[in-house]
Amino acid sequence: MKPGYVKRFSPVERLLHWVNALGFLFLLATGLILYLPRLSVLVSRRQTIQGLHFWGGVGWLAALAAVLVLGGRRLRATARELDSFDRDDLRWLRGGKAPQGRFNAGQKINAVLTAAFTILFGVSGLLLWFGEEDTRFRFASTVILHDGLMYVSLVLVVGHLYLTLIHPATRHALRGMTLGDVRVEWAMRHHSKWQPDDVHVDWPRARRG
Amino acid sequence: MDTPPVIEGQEPQPEEPRRYGRKLFLATVVGGVSSLYWGKAAWDQVTGVVSPVAGAIAPILPTGGWRIYTISGHMPVFDPASWRLRIGGLVEQPVSLTYDELRSLPRAEQVTTFHCVTGWSVKNVHWAGVRIHDVLARAKPHASGHALQFTSMEVPYIDYLTLEQASLHDVMLAYEMDGKPLAREHGAPVRLIIPEMYGYKNVKWLQGIDVVDQAGQGYWEGLGYDKDAWVGRSNGY
Repeated sequence: MKPGYVKRFSPVERLLHWVNALGFLFLLATGLILYLPRLSVLVSRRQTIQGLHFWGGVGWLAALAAVLVLGGRRLRATARELDSFDRDDLRWLRGGKAPQGRFNAGQKINAVLTAAFTILFGVSGLLLWFGEEDTRFRFASTVILHDGLMYVSLVLVVGHLYLTLIHPATRHALRGMTLGDVRVEWAMRHHSKWQPDDVHVDWPRARRG
Repeated sequence: MDTPPVIEGQEPQPEEPRRYGRKLFLATVVGGVSSLYWGKAAWDQVTGVVSPVAGAIAPILPTGGWRIYTISGHMPVFDPASWRLRIGGLVEQPVSLTYDELRSLPRAEQVTTFHCVTGWSVKNVHWAGVRIHDVLARAKPHASGHALQFTSMEVPYIDYLTLEQASLHDVMLAYEMDGKPLAREHGAPVRLIIPEMYGYKNVKWLQGIDVVDQAGQGYWEGLGYDKDAWVGRSNGY
């Protein structure tokens, strides 16, 4: 461990993040070609793009499932962290200053919504694919769901990218998701309630209120 | 470890983290899946009843509400020099119209809503073009003809209408959309418009109309879609 740094994300957590991110961007790109008339004229090979989008989506879900299996107990512990909200989290969400754990409440909500959207993207995408040739799979609202998910996800991703690439106070977090570790003093400022188990520096107790 | 502050005279309250994450996850998944049943109705409520909202939202959507579907590898290109609209089949006088000849036929205009069988609609599209009978009149169909076969430049896309369906008052061969010549992705130079039926009957990139004795099976009908694609009364709706 580099002195002055603390490990924030394990390799399997980072793998899950990047598999999800790359899959999302690939599907966003191919999806927009199918969705935006101007792009569809430019590319014009709809059948090819449609195949890439569908099989890309299948591959994305399969890769995510593989990482989840690989992560096993380690990722289940992460899921428990994301699942639980304490009073400080609720106070933080209402805009108050409140000490946060390894994930702040906003990150928890983002992760939970991203997971739920992945399921919904998968369900609506499969229905669109199979509904094209079988009326039993056709619902009037499938496109609306699939498109709506895209719009909401886009908003989340743009906000995510702003916080991780631009906003000075938070962009150090990118190091945690790439190299795995973050500066101790940064972690103490943003995640003071977090109790890392493998830190080799004197980790001050969080001060409350 | 953190301990909540102990206030005198009260029991210390251990802080139980709430399992809100899984609740939010389940609520989102259930809400999303159930929206397969209420999503379109809700969307129509927003865009339909509150018409100012609809007017405000539609131009913001980068697509204008349209989705471009094609069935082949390459989207057809309109070349005015070589393109012809062929009228043939059970007719006395097969006709081949150039783009300019088509445009010189009596012009009709209409504002109608376009419905796709996959659930999206574009309201109030302004079409301009010609009525089918003005095109057919030149070819003089035989009395034995009861249907029309529409052939797209996008091979092998074809579809059919009965003569009765084709003579509905707002069926049109449209060469303009919203004041501009029909764009390539919308079926340039001319497409069939039958607002009462889902989009797959509204053949794009038209190159031929044949008078036939009865309506056959169109491209999507071969894949299980209804032959008579009445909006709201077909394909399981």
